[in-house]
Amino acid sequence: MFELLGIPPQVLLGQLLLGLINGSFYAVLSLGLAVIFGLLNIINFAHGALYMAAAFVAWMLLEYLGIGYWPALILAPLIVGAFGVLLERTMLSRLYHLDHLYGLLLTFGLALIIQGLFRNYYGISGLPYQIPEALSGGRNLGFMFLPNYRAWVVVASVLVCFGTWFMIEKTRLGAYLRAATENPVLVGAFGINVPLMIMLTYGFGVALAGFAGVLAAPIYSVNPNMGADLIIVVFAVVVIGGMGSIMGAILTGYMLGLVEGLTRVFYPEGSAVVIFVIMAIVLLIKPEGLFGRTA
Amino acid sequence: MEKTAAETNHAAPVAEQAGMPGLHKAIFAVLLAFLVVLPFLVYPVFAMKVMCFALFAAAFNLLLGFGGLLSFGHAAYFGGASYVAAHAAKVWGLTPELAVLCGTAAAAVLGLAIGALAIRRQGIYFAMVTLAFAQMVYFFSLQVPFTGGEDGIQSVPRGDLFGLIPLEDNVALYFFVLAVTFGGILFLYRIVHSPFGQVLKAIRENEPRAISLGYNVNRYKLMVFVLSATFAGLAGALKSQVFQLSSLTDVHWAMSGEVVLMTLLGGMGTIFGPLVGAAIIVTMQNYLATFGAWVTIIQGVIFVIGVLLFREGIVGVISRWIKRPL
Repeated sequence: MFELLGIPPQVLLGQLLLGLINGSFYAVLSLGLAVIFGLLNIINFAHGALYMAAAFVAWMLLEYLGIGYWPALILAPLIVGAFGVLLERTMLSRLYHLDHLYGLLLTFGLALIIQGLFRNYYGISGLPYQIPEALSGGRNLGFMFLPNYRAWVVVASVLVCFGTWFMIEKTRLGAYLRAATENPVLVGAFGINVPLMIMLTYGFGVALAGFAGVLAAPIYSVNPNMGADLIIVVFAVVVIGGMGSIMGAILTGYMLGLVEGLTRVFYPEGSAVVIFVIMAIVLLIKPEGLFGRTA
Repeated sequence: MEKTAAETNHAAPVAEQAGMPGLHKAIFAVLLAFLVVLPFLVYPVFAMKVMCFALFAAAFNLLLGFGGLLSFGHAAYFGGASYVAAHAAKVWGLTPELAVLCGTAAAAVLGLAIGALAIRRQGIYFAMVTLAFAQMVYFFSLQVPFTGGEDGIQSVPRGDLFGLIPLEDNVALYFFVLAVTFGGILFLYRIVHSPFGQVLKAIRENEPRAISLGYNVNRYKLMVFVLSATFAGLAGALKSQVFQLSSLTDVHWAMSGEVVLMTLLGGMGTIFGPLVGAAIIVTMQNYLATFGAWVTIIQGVIFVIGVLLFREGIVGVISRWIKRPL
């Protein structure tokens, strides 16, 4: 077999696959943040906590009700999304007339509550969640071993990202959404129920986080802290990409996952901070973000 | 135009008369008298913790309440300074005042580096950038050998002040901490009420207008950021001397959240709010320590209630009642 810079290809490709998986989560989560930010002008700090909550919901569905992975993949995001709608109606909607920073502070408080509650009842050791039978095992591609479930995570995230992009950029509903992002008052004057749209958008963004949470459940153990550190990295991803573009958020997510994977091969000590370093460089060269629009 | 966070918060008309208003003088005097007798009433280490966090919150409030910039990464300066001060006292064997100075200087340098990058973005992005850089400092602290990783830097010697006065005794250390934190808070008060503070206020209220008046807005923002980071560092460095310990808790994002909470609860953009907020949160943590995760939940609830119903904070509300800036 060939070698690249003294690194065996199995190692390189293995890390790239891991990077692509992390990138899938970055992409789906930053996509959700971008969708919410577009219409609500709120940075959803609770995104990580809701991602974690969905993983727990999937676990509970299996443990208490015997509902397996495939229904949970639909149900858990719906449940968490409905919870998001509730949060939007009862709390977030009271803050739209204020500075954006209050939205950040409120969702930070919500994240503390959600994480605290799960930590209280389930501890921090983490709960195992089995890979569904249809996706267990893996296949040998000749140059590397590809676990089926990991391939599925990448495929599923790409499908969801593409679907969301298509809905927002190519359908009539998406056109309303983009119009409301530009000028909510005018869109409302055309007889479109903007508050309803805002509510459903928040629910949808949260459901995306929930979907990522269920995808993550069999890979990482389900534990209350799984969202907290991830969300900060996703914030950096969002700063790098800029939230102006849906496709930008998706591409930046996958790209940074791959970069992180590569760093793990060539300079493992740097893998935890590489995204933050890239953020610093982007701030120096193109402060509005790679796909951002200048305000 | 968008409103800034502090603008909605009934900012006090400040510095209209020369010198400190009589009411503020009286409050500072009463506070000082109270703090002088406090170590004989409660456990001095607890009182010192409150004072360190009061300085930390006051430094944070300089940036948020008076500069209109929400940093979600102030733990980086607090914890970073705490590590450097602990290292200076333990490994280099410096006297306490020099160790604290080293830590503070380190926070200033870190604040300069992060601030210079962060002020390139505004509003919500500013908050995310500062949070992300603070997380970078956290990972860095986790990996580099000098911080001791998960263990932190333990049993930091308290040493002799100026090489003369031993600070082993809690009460002796208390008066050192009192002098530094009280001096620090008065210094922050002076900054807010200086011409520099007035320019900050102008930028916070209307940035384009401040630019059109010829102010170099970015330079002012960077200066207030560095000042805030420096005093946050001073608080963190002192804390490492008080607890003789410097650990990952001090650089974790939860610490950044706590200082935001203290300021929000006490009242953003008020002089005394952060002090009140710090006292309440530290006392609460002290009494609820046995309840574990409930502390986090209660803090979250205070955040939610504070944002939804109580945006002026405790001191902000009192200030409105008595119609005097506090």
